[in-house]
Amino acid sequence: MIPLSWYLILAAGLFSVGLYGVLSRKNAVGILMGIELMLNAANINLVAFWRYVDSDSIAGQAFAIIVFAVAAAEVAVGLALVISVYRLRKTVAADEIDMLKW
Amino acid sequence: MTPDVILFLILAVVAIASALGMLLSKNAVYSALYLILNLATIAVFYLLLGAPFIAMVQVTVYAGAIMVLFLFVIMLLGAEQLRRARTLGWQQPVAVVLAVVLVAEATYIIFTKTSSLPDIEAAEAGFGSPQAIGELLFNQYLLPFEITSVLLLVAMIGAIVMTRDGKKKE
Repeated sequence: MIPLSWYLILAAGLFSVGLYGVLSRKNAVGILMGIELMLNAANINLVAFWRYVDSDSIAGQAFAIIVFAVAAAEVAVGLALVISVYRLRKTVAADEIDMLKW
Repeated sequence: MTPDVILFLILAVVAIASALGMLLSKNAVYSALYLILNLATIAVFYLLLGAPFIAMVQVTVYAGAIMVLFLFVIMLLGAEQLRRARTLGWQQPVAVVLAVVLVAEATYIIFTKTSSLPDIEAAEAGFGSPQAIGELLFNQYLLPFEITSVLLLVAMIGAIVMTRDGKKKE
């Protein structure tokens, strides 16, 4: 049987890759993709902990489904923001969107 | 080495490699395609963990709907390649350091704190089936479920309002 810690390390690795993507990518769409990766890593943790710690109830799976719904909403709003910013500034590079910078 | 351990290791390599491919490819379309591969391998992890319904939702909602939305926006905006912009020189190394520190911390915590977990036994047939999850969602977790639906509605309205072209009115 696979130890729980393997899943946790895998999720930590994916989360860190996603974090690196969020911090270093310039494309705003790429930043959103990094956020998706981080949400997925968190979801792996949720399902793994459900399976190994509390496998009598299936509440962990219900939690994971709610995370899916929230991620879908987040992507819809995020991409709408990207389109809206593109209309105004003709760019999706995150470091050129500096209207708030004084 | 049992078959599921071998499967886990292969899948872990694919997942990490596709995540790195997502990061390192310059073209945003290739990034999105790598992310689809990553999400599909995560779906297989859910199957390994005994959560078939979650795996199917992962494939349909994530690898299907969300990534189609991503590709659609990338191609709509022509954002595959960013033109050479001025760069923040310190940003890349700082990001590498932060990500490496995070993964090192997480690995340390995992190895020092989770050694006392019991081995799990195989789940009985039908456990975690769509029917069981549906019953749980619509009975015990009805309120969070409804709140989620309101959240999705708000996100939909917000997306429509924000992407509507305000100038072409009347």
